[in-house]
Amino acid sequence: MSQAAPLPLVASLLDMPLPASGIAWLDAARQENREAFAAGGLPDTRVEAWKYTALRALGKRSFARGDAAATSRAVAASTFALPGVDGPRLVFVNGVFRADLSALDALPEGLTLQPLSQALHGDAEPLRFVLSRHYREVDDAFVSINAASAVDGVVLRVAAGVKVIAPVQLVFVGAATHVELAWHLRNVIELGEGAELGLIEQHVSDAEPTQLATVVSDIELREGAQLHHTVLQNVAVIASLIRRSSVRLHAHAQAMLHVLELGGALVRHDLRAELVGDGARFDTRGVFMPHGRQHIDTQLAIRHQALSTTSTSTWRGVANDRARGVFRGAIVVEPGADGSDASLGNKNLLLSPSAEIDTKPELEIYADEVKAAHGATVGQLDERSLFYLRSRGIPLAEARALLTAAFCRAVLDDLPNEVLREHLSALLTAHLPA
Amino acid sequence: MLKIENLHARVEGKEILKGLSLSVNAGEVHAIMGPNGAGKSTLGNVLSGRDGYEVTAGSVTYNGIDLLALEPEVRAAAGVFLAFQYPVEIPGVNNTYFLRAAFNAQRKARGEKEFDSMQFLKLVREKLKVMQISDELLHRAVNEGFSGGEKKRNEIFQMAVLEPQLAILDETDSGLDIDALKHVADGVNALRSPDRAFLMITHYQRLLDYVVPDFVHVLADGRIVESGDKSLALKLEEHGYAGLGEGAAA
Repeated sequence: MSQAAPLPLVASLLDMPLPASGIAWLDAARQENREAFAAGGLPDTRVEAWKYTALRALGKRSFARGDAAATSRAVAASTFALPGVDGPRLVFVNGVFRADLSALDALPEGLTLQPLSQALHGDAEPLRFVLSRHYREVDDAFVSINAASAVDGVVLRVAAGVKVIAPVQLVFVGAATHVELAWHLRNVIELGEGAELGLIEQHVSDAEPTQLATVVSDIELREGAQLHHTVLQNVAVIASLIRRSSVRLHAHAQAMLHVLELGGALVRHDLRAELVGDGARFDTRGVFMPHGRQHIDTQLAIRHQALSTTSTSTWRGVANDRARGVFRGAIVVEPGADGSDASLGNKNLLLSPSAEIDTKPELEIYADEVKAAHGATVGQLDERSLFYLRSRGIPLAEARALLTAAFCRAVLDDLPNEVLREHLSALLTAHLPA
Repeated sequence: MLKIENLHARVEGKEILKGLSLSVNAGEVHAIMGPNGAGKSTLGNVLSGRDGYEVTAGSVTYNGIDLLALEPEVRAAAGVFLAFQYPVEIPGVNNTYFLRAAFNAQRKARGEKEFDSMQFLKLVREKLKVMQISDELLHRAVNEGFSGGEKKRNEIFQMAVLEPQLAILDETDSGLDIDALKHVADGVNALRSPDRAFLMITHYQRLLDYVVPDFVHVLADGRIVESGDKSLALKLEEHGYAGLGEGAAA
């Protein structure tokens, strides 16, 4: 592979000079990851995790680095405003931190929230463990280039025992530029023992940026910590976004994630969880809803590594037009994770004969006394239900929208924040085919 | 109001209705009785516009218009209502939300002003009282987890809210115990009016003890083979369907 000329994408991402941090271990890690990306290139569809997401077209494109105007680019607040949701907020535009759009005044005691670029200026040592990682696997390509290139991101810490209830908002805006832009962000989130955090992560666009973004997040939940995390991905349908979120849960830690994947041309999210402490619990609820020619791929991987750990995963996919949805839910219950409980369900709806959804639940169990269930379906709207609604006077298009919204509802039902639930529900409805 | 002439209809290539004719005027209650397989449910489905039913001959005129040319939702807005034999469960759709969507869609189609949620709630409360239904039903998903009796009562409740001109009740009595049957019958009786017609499709005579029809028709092998008043139903009760229709014109 290294003999052939690199793909334009790989060449253009490598063309960017390595940012010097002045921190020896960080520069070394960036160099290593850069070399790994240069050597490995992009995964092709023979790699299991990329089987349904071909990177051929993306690989032929070149992206420029850095938006010089990002610090002053006007971005409408309506792009990311969540009515009725207040609280601290960190906003990035084209990968650049924007103090003017952020809300960092009067942070509650015990909450650290700052851009990575600032955190590295201070004591970088607490970030060393996470940021020193090397990514060498073939399906790590975008993570390694992210680790090599990201100069900013979020550092969020909640001190032990502190509860941050008003949700913290992380907003990643892509704004249109004259050139096709690539940007990378790296987030490090840690909840101390018994800490609690409400978190909203938004990926949105201002105007129509044809860009490529990578966002890599590491989330560590110490013993007994609790995270309520809502992810809203609604970027422009011509933007490409590749994310990896890795969550580590220590004993009795709990994370509940609600994920809405609505926008993007090519969207990939690797969501990985390791339940390393006894009694840890990881719950995900998600909807992906591609239309037009969108391609949205979610790869959920959960590893039960300790006693009596629990995971539940409820996902819905709705594809319309010529869109493609991909879902892989891989659960591994490792030796010693006895008494664990894992369930995963993915139901999918095809609204058009040209739409496609590929779903693959995988379950591997190497422990004892494990309760596990998984299932996946792909189908169409129920004709009997459609007729029932129409026989009451509801026109066909409205009946289809109503049933599709109902199909997705299970995912939002247990979102505790009512304002947020209403908002997401309205967004879903707005995305339904008219 | 409704005029069915020489209606022939097929399901999956098999002819089920074979020349059915029937006239219904406003204010009348007609009972259509017949053995299993006679075509009773096919009639209800053809009238409400369900897919999969192919009309091969004949006509259905409703208030002077060709009913068969209309989409199901257009028929509904024009005042045709089918109470389903098997009401469909729709998880995730709230009963009140569904009913308001239907109510407003019909009003919109007729060029009338839609109701806001307060206006609609007021209307629903009034109808609940008349139908003697608990409002707990409203907060659940459409028919989800409803008992057989609750589903049928929910159909009648929808009818009360939507106020159709022509109500077709497809075996609304089937599967009900006597108390549930009485509740459903009370609901239907409360909705009888000079402007409204009912077509009650039933296998058994017992519903007709509670909702007394003006006309009774016997449907056998895809045609009306005998018509009469309510005494015909009693005769059927006594002698069964066997041997009926010999007096009717072939």
